[in-house]
Amino acid sequence: MLRHAVQRLLLAVPVMFGVLLVGFLLMQVVPTDPAVVRAGPNASAEIIEAIRRDLGLDKPLWLQFFLYLGRLAQGDLGVSIINNVPVAQELGTTIGPTLELMVASLVWSIPLGLFLGTIGAYWRGSLIDRAVMAISVAGVSVPVFFLGLVLIWVVGFQWQWLPFTGREGPLWTWQGLRAVILPAITLGGVFVGPVARMTRTAVLDVLGADHVRTARAKGLPERIVVLRHALRNAMVPVVTLIGLQIGFLLGGAVVTETVFSWPGVGRLAVGAILSSDFPMAQGTIIVLSLGFILVNLTVDLLYGVLDPRVRAA
Amino acid sequence: MTPLLEIQGLRTVFRSANGDIAAVDGVDLTVPRGRTLGIVGESGCGKSMLSLSVMRLVPPPGRVAAGRVLLEGRDLLTLSTAEMRAVRGGQVAMIFQEPMTSLNPVHPIGLQITEAMRAHDPRASAAELRDRAIAALERVRIPAPARRYDEFPHQLSGGMRQRVMIAMALACKPKLLIADEPTTALDVTVQAQILDLLRDLQQETGMSIILITHDLGVVAEMADEVAVMYAGRVAERASARDLFGSPQHPYTLGLLGSVPRLDEDRERLLAIEGAVPPPFALPQGCRFHPRCPFAIEACTKAQPPLEAIEPGHLAACIRAPVESAVELTP
Repeated sequence: MLRHAVQRLLLAVPVMFGVLLVGFLLMQVVPTDPAVVRAGPNASAEIIEAIRRDLGLDKPLWLQFFLYLGRLAQGDLGVSIINNVPVAQELGTTIGPTLELMVASLVWSIPLGLFLGTIGAYWRGSLIDRAVMAISVAGVSVPVFFLGLVLIWVVGFQWQWLPFTGREGPLWTWQGLRAVILPAITLGGVFVGPVARMTRTAVLDVLGADHVRTARAKGLPERIVVLRHALRNAMVPVVTLIGLQIGFLLGGAVVTETVFSWPGVGRLAVGAILSSDFPMAQGTIIVLSLGFILVNLTVDLLYGVLDPRVRAA
Repeated sequence: MTPLLEIQGLRTVFRSANGDIAAVDGVDLTVPRGRTLGIVGESGCGKSMLSLSVMRLVPPPGRVAAGRVLLEGRDLLTLSTAEMRAVRGGQVAMIFQEPMTSLNPVHPIGLQITEAMRAHDPRASAAELRDRAIAALERVRIPAPARRYDEFPHQLSGGMRQRVMIAMALACKPKLLIADEPTTALDVTVQAQILDLLRDLQQETGMSIILITHDLGVVAEMADEVAVMYAGRVAERASARDLFGSPQHPYTLGLLGSVPRLDEDRERLLAIEGAVPPPFALPQGCRFHPRCPFAIEACTKAQPPLEAIEPGHLAACIRAPVESAVELTP
């Protein structure tokens, strides 16, 4: 088990290196010149040239990359070329709200998806099943931003039930909790459908397995048959999907944060890209990719927990 | 004394586009107390569906359409879901062909045994259940049972897994054990061990066994009574001695003829021509007549009833006793 974990952790290293390389190269292919952005609209050619030297942009590309890696290794993510704030500091203040939003989104959508998928599989072909499928298709088809806008318009604006702009405090305060509800419904809403569908398929598969028949032949109550012997075994494929979907959720967080003015990494990324703030944009890419890698690592480790046969292998 | 289990006119059907298809079609059987009833037949003859019908575990779209299953006089088919759950594992337990897939791969075997116990004895403490589960593993001759308790199915061999299945089935001291091809998936040496174990456990507990198999050797070794099934019906029923000594149904004869024997010098084994007809394409009259060497015109007309040839020996064949048929056929 420990070996498995270490192996996975080591595999994450080259992935991270790839992410850094691609993130770096992406910034190079963007037609905007950071020195021009930094210098402002009325700068002379000499000033732009000086800034270019100052930022190290006159050096060869490979050297720039290694210098960049060197600075990263020291925890230096650079400074915003728009307002001179260190990127690390900006990321530090936005990562908390993003994590809050993710947790608030997942904490209701995963259980709901598991529940809907399980009852759909159990009463396969029934009205319940068809309702579950309808809900999940709707969930998959509605774009995040659209759901967000509708919620803002109806719940926030028309009914004035809940706030819809910005974060109003930590999750454990009443204000903070109220403010996270609409963004969390928006972001989690796109999650329910895929989880429900995958759960339904996986549970349906397991319900036909021999060991479920054994469980019934032992006289176990249906509740235990379904939870302990069907859903529990179905968790391996479902967890895989949840891991993949959380990657998309990071993308959804960018949209949701923008729509709800949520002060998170996603909104920071959008702002940085729109204003050609290269170091800031690179920083947000690193954080979001790191999140993705961590989620995948967690999923890998969860396999071992969920399936004893993986542990042995 | 009433027999432990009496099956009367059991009919299990599957719904299809062309109406109901009967996998089990009017079966009467009796399981005496403390004895073993062997049910033999080729694949697709309805023997597994028969056993699942007794447990009321026929997978949809199948269902039991008619008949009675009397366990000590109580019709299992009329019980409520909760009552039936108490019967399953409590009074009637079942083990299956594939010990590989019949255990849940993600739970330790200890849990899988104790959960069966807990279902029928909710007040027992966790420590007590653990002790009882380890004792159950010991009873099926699993070495180092306390260590095995926490192991997962994939850590055990096929024979061990089937032992665990047996331990699980017998955890609540059932009166009847239904063993559906319990040794088919195992090596020959392991087969013999498992059969020995079942016989020993039967002697210890006095339970009855329904042994479902296509293997006549297993039946000869284990069963007191034998029922031969063909295409969803009982073709012949007798004590094991009578059935093997003087088989009366041509199908039984055919089955026996296809068993290799060491004490006879035969060039070739006799095989029954053709295959079991599927339940949706049954022939008119006797269901065996297209494959039967003794078939006459009358066999194509009506289904023969299961009738006593001798006391305690029943066969569903109008040509029975076969001695006369053999003389008539050149």
